[in-house]
Amino acid sequence: MKRVGILLLLFGLLAACAPAAPDEPRVLTIMTHNSFDIGEETIAAFEAEHDVTVQILFSGDAGLMLNQAVLNAENPLADLIYGVDNTLMSRGLEAGIFEPYDSPLLAQIPDHLELDREHRLLPVDYGDVCLNYDRGWFAARGVPPPTSLEDLVQPEYRGLTVVENPASSSPGLAFMLATIDHFGTVWLDYWAALRANDVLVTEGWEEAYWGYFTYASEGDRPIVVSYASSPPVEVYFSAEEFDEAPTGVVVADGSCFRQIEFVGILKGTPNRDLAEAWIDFMLGVAFQEDIPLHMFVFPANENAALPDVFARFAVIPDHPAIVDPAEIDANRDDWIEQWIETVLR
Amino acid sequence: MSFLAVDHLRKSYPDGWTLSDVAFTLDEGGILALLGPSGCGKTTLLRLIAGLEEPDGGRIRVDGADVTAMPPHRRGFGFMFQEYALFPHRNVFANVAFGLKMARWTDPAIQERVRDVLELVGLTGFERRDVNQLSGGERQRVALARSIAPQPRLVLLDEPLGALDRALRERLLKELPAILKGVGVTTITVTHDQEEAFAIADSVLVMRDGRVVQRGEPEAVYRQPATPWVARFLGLTNLLPGRAVGPGRVETVLGEMCIEGATGEAQDGPALELLIRPEAACLDRAGPNVLSGRIVERYFRGGFCRLIVRHASGVELTFDFAAALPLPAPGEPVVLSLSPAALTVF
Amino acid sequence: MKHASRTGLPGKYAGALLACLPVAYLLLFYFYPLLSILALSLFPAGRLDWVSLGRLVGSAYYLETLWFTTWQATLSTLLVVLLGLPGAYIFARYRFPGKKVLQALFTVPFVLPTVVVAMALLALLGPRGWLNLALMRILALERPPLDIQGTLAAILLAHVFYNVVLVVRMVGAQWANMDVRLVEAARTMGASRWQAFWQVTLPLLRPSLGSAALLVFIFCFTSFGVVLILGGGHYATLEVEIFYRTTYRPNLPLAATLAIVQIALTFGLMWLYARVQAQAGAPQELRPRHMTQIRPRRGRDWGLLAASLLPLLILLLLPLAALLERSLRVGAGGLANYQALFSNPRGSIFYVPPIAAVRNSLLFALAAMVLAVFLGLLVSLSIAGGPKSRSRLGRLLDPLIMLPLGTSAVTLGLGYTVALDEPPLNLRTSPLLVILAHTLVALPFVVRAMLPALRSIRPSLREAAATLGASPWHVWREVDLPIVGRAMAVGAVFAFTISMGEFGATALIYRPDLPTMPVAIYRLMSRAGIANYGQALAMSALLMAACVAGFLLIEQFRGEF
Repeated sequence: MKRVGILLLLFGLLAACAPAAPDEPRVLTIMTHNSFDIGEETIAAFEAEHDVTVQILFSGDAGLMLNQAVLNAENPLADLIYGVDNTLMSRGLEAGIFEPYDSPLLAQIPDHLELDREHRLLPVDYGDVCLNYDRGWFAARGVPPPTSLEDLVQPEYRGLTVVENPASSSPGLAFMLATIDHFGTVWLDYWAALRANDVLVTEGWEEAYWGYFTYASEGDRPIVVSYASSPPVEVYFSAEEFDEAPTGVVVADGSCFRQIEFVGILKGTPNRDLAEAWIDFMLGVAFQEDIPLHMFVFPANENAALPDVFARFAVIPDHPAIVDPAEIDANRDDWIEQWIETVLR
Repeated sequence: MSFLAVDHLRKSYPDGWTLSDVAFTLDEGGILALLGPSGCGKTTLLRLIAGLEEPDGGRIRVDGADVTAMPPHRRGFGFMFQEYALFPHRNVFANVAFGLKMARWTDPAIQERVRDVLELVGLTGFERRDVNQLSGGERQRVALARSIAPQPRLVLLDEPLGALDRALRERLLKELPAILKGVGVTTITVTHDQEEAFAIADSVLVMRDGRVVQRGEPEAVYRQPATPWVARFLGLTNLLPGRAVGPGRVETVLGEMCIEGATGEAQDGPALELLIRPEAACLDRAGPNVLSGRIVERYFRGGFCRLIVRHASGVELTFDFAAALPLPAPGEPVVLSLSPAALTVF
Repeated sequence: MKHASRTGLPGKYAGALLACLPVAYLLLFYFYPLLSILALSLFPAGRLDWVSLGRLVGSAYYLETLWFTTWQATLSTLLVVLLGLPGAYIFARYRFPGKKVLQALFTVPFVLPTVVVAMALLALLGPRGWLNLALMRILALERPPLDIQGTLAAILLAHVFYNVVLVVRMVGAQWANMDVRLVEAARTMGASRWQAFWQVTLPLLRPSLGSAALLVFIFCFTSFGVVLILGGGHYATLEVEIFYRTTYRPNLPLAATLAIVQIALTFGLMWLYARVQAQAGAPQELRPRHMTQIRPRRGRDWGLLAASLLPLLILLLLPLAALLERSLRVGAGGLANYQALFSNPRGSIFYVPPIAAVRNSLLFALAAMVLAVFLGLLVSLSIAGGPKSRSRLGRLLDPLIMLPLGTSAVTLGLGYTVALDEPPLNLRTSPLLVILAHTLVALPFVVRAMLPALRSIRPSLREAAATLGASPWHVWREVDLPIVGRAMAVGAVFAFTISMGEFGATALIYRPDLPTMPVAIYRLMSRAGIANYGQALAMSALLMAACVAGFLLIEQFRGEF
């Protein structure tokens, strides 16, 4: 019995150091995916200005988050939703779960990011999914790094590439969309050739990058589907000094797919005023400049200055592949099915 | 008034087995043996008394108070299980002290009582021993000590000597009643072994198929079994069909036999069964009942010898004689006389 | 005992009464959210979505998936049992230095997030893993000879890695109290060592072996991360399909149908199992450990010890060692990754100090463990009463309690978010939600660990205590608890472990200010930057350490038997 007492005591101690739940009068709830991050002070500034507590509701990855929002359409879980991207947006728009808001800040955002003309979903940031390669690996072997999608099916790049399964990974899906846009009707031939050239498929970005990409792991694949922002991120998180990022990005026209993330007000919010304030805040320069080093994507607002490491080491593709969100939504299932048939079966 | 009164106790099970209408009483300090073959309901009856099973009807009263609905832990009885059910995770001391702790005795009192009880059962100094490493006899004594330690009003023993070897049994057959009498506790013991019942108890309750068939002192039960079944159960196999032909006279295949006491009012007619106890025979021709036959088998049983005798009619009878007597060998003819006092009719 | 007893295990009505609380728990925190999400998914616009379901019926693919799911689970279970039994034997029969720590280490794989396990296995067996590098050097090869990615072997290996401890611990707990004389008796009757094992030991071990094998089977049957990551898309289980159909290729009616199929199959299996098991659990003469366990003395003992433990050591500890080694090497190296965990250079609002993540995880795990052990106790008691005294509720409860294991975490997580978000049960932002979910998944382990032990206690022990004046509560405390204490500790360890490692449902319901360690690991791993990866590895090492500490602590509370 004494031991049980000790256990209870221990438990009590642990419980005592858990933070107490805040008890504020007004709460603005934002539903977002689990990768969302931002500076503490940035949020604090908003909370102070509007005398509100911002409650973040982590809801799994973007796909799961959207599902929850749709399933709870009658009884919204939050006031806003952030993190729906252009591969998912049609599904959300069709479900009619958003309230439009024509934010004045939209004026500072380039037109090509604004995919919903009714302003139900407003662009916050974007990132390009591109092929990354290990500069050191290619330099050591005297092989030129790839410069286009077509290179990957050449014999000298045999067995060098790792990609993610579009059925289970967001960059995997994005990369597949890039090939669809780039190769059109023959996109599956490209994948058949890639398969013949010994492409490796993993389920997620983590396994590809940390499990097989030569730069980041013990793996044997120097080419990986990752983000255009990965090289500056590698520099940023390294103790070493670099003149050039250790990994390169293939930015040839049509070889990257641009993921744009949106924010929207959920239908039925009792805090419409605060929700609008939040969107204006999110699209404002202060928040936008805080984005790159927290979420490693690019701010949508043109006036936002990029942090030094992004300015020096990031490459932004000029002409990423473009696929209409509605088309994505309509065909995604078939495309993935065909992709699986071609690459995995 | 009697200490324990069991009244119209009934219990039936889904498989059809039934304990029907059992009633008996027991005086304070008495030792009662429930005797019967396996399946006769004696253990069930014991468990009903202990409160381990719930009766369908009837009442159990102890000291005048109805305990029928009382849960077992409030009854204050001691129960010794067939395989002892010693707590494998407790040592000897903790096993014996268990009931005392439950009764909230103080530590010094527990120490003293455990020491006393262990001394009583001859296990002084065994306190720290692991019960899993004890011999059968030692386990039996621990179980006994455990059941009597809390000074129960009633001790219930379920086949207390069942699992022991013969020598140990013999010894404990003497010690057990001495211990129980020494404590002076009212006791009910369950056994299928008449020898055990007769040695331990001062009264016996014979059971068959969930019913009580006879109740009496050991000697009386042996002398005068209530039914041929009881006789057979007690190991008395010399049972012959017969017919009363007059007062104290019975006609059987062996001829006419004289018996002591009445054959009832039977004059000429009613069929009955004659029981010849194995110790009834003498190797002479004295007395009214002379019987001749041939020895079929001779078994040496230590203190006595058992002869199987075949009568001319083909009936085989069993007789016991003192081993010291000069006895005929198998195959030899023999003439015996049967004491009327050792003959009973049903 | 021929007839049901009035003492000890609860009778029919008491059993039903005991079952009330767990049943209420299941109704509220399992069936209500589950049915909510299934209903919402199946009837999107208030009616059944036939179009989406057409895909299921019209495709042989799902039948193939079901076939693969079943067959890999069967194979995995066989392998796990085969590899686990020698370990169980060693832990049951021998006392040797370092045993406790080894036991704790063997349990660690159970908590590790699948991504981390995949990395660990790759570090060992990947193209440039230890094994391939060694083989390349020895055989002078140009390319790595072994390629495990996307093979069935990789999946099986990972399943063994995760689950072998279930057999080692659960069977070991029963084996340790088994009377060695039974085997000795068989040997004197001319049985060889092998025959004695086959004819005596194995049948007697059936209750715990059955429990462990069942849990392993269900784990592998609903395997998700392992198949997803190591199967490389070539293989899919029902659970993986449910995940696909809930996330990247959303088709909620289809996902719901697959979830129902999986739950129904689980239930059928449990029901069958519960029926068989209720008859198998005969009370035995239990022996305390100090009588059944010996110190290895002769060379033969040590040989047996080494031969039995070596495969497990290689299989379980090498990947863990590889992980640890990497956490010290990746990025800046040394302790830099660990130190970096403690700083928040970017002032991120969701920065999790490692201490906080450790604290949150431990807190959730302890709470879930206490709750699961409490509810599991009630369930076990109400089920264990033997077929005669078992209430209808108890009989149903046995398979029901296992259902959460057969339910996909994603489905359940979604169910929580759609069902438990309105008053009076508005728990969406409550930290309780995580505990409730973890308890649900941990409960089957407690029950499965305790039932064989409870059933092996002779009723006469409880009756003896009762006649000595022990009330039912005292009987439980003085007889059952000390004897089943070890089994309960095993159940508690697994409950704790499940909670420490749970990610699938946690990711959907945790509060950003109270992240668990797996959540922190996934967050760190989800972005580029070697330092992040190094920190994720360091956090994984901390998770291992926290678990080992937790196990050793829990082991202190087990019964004395």
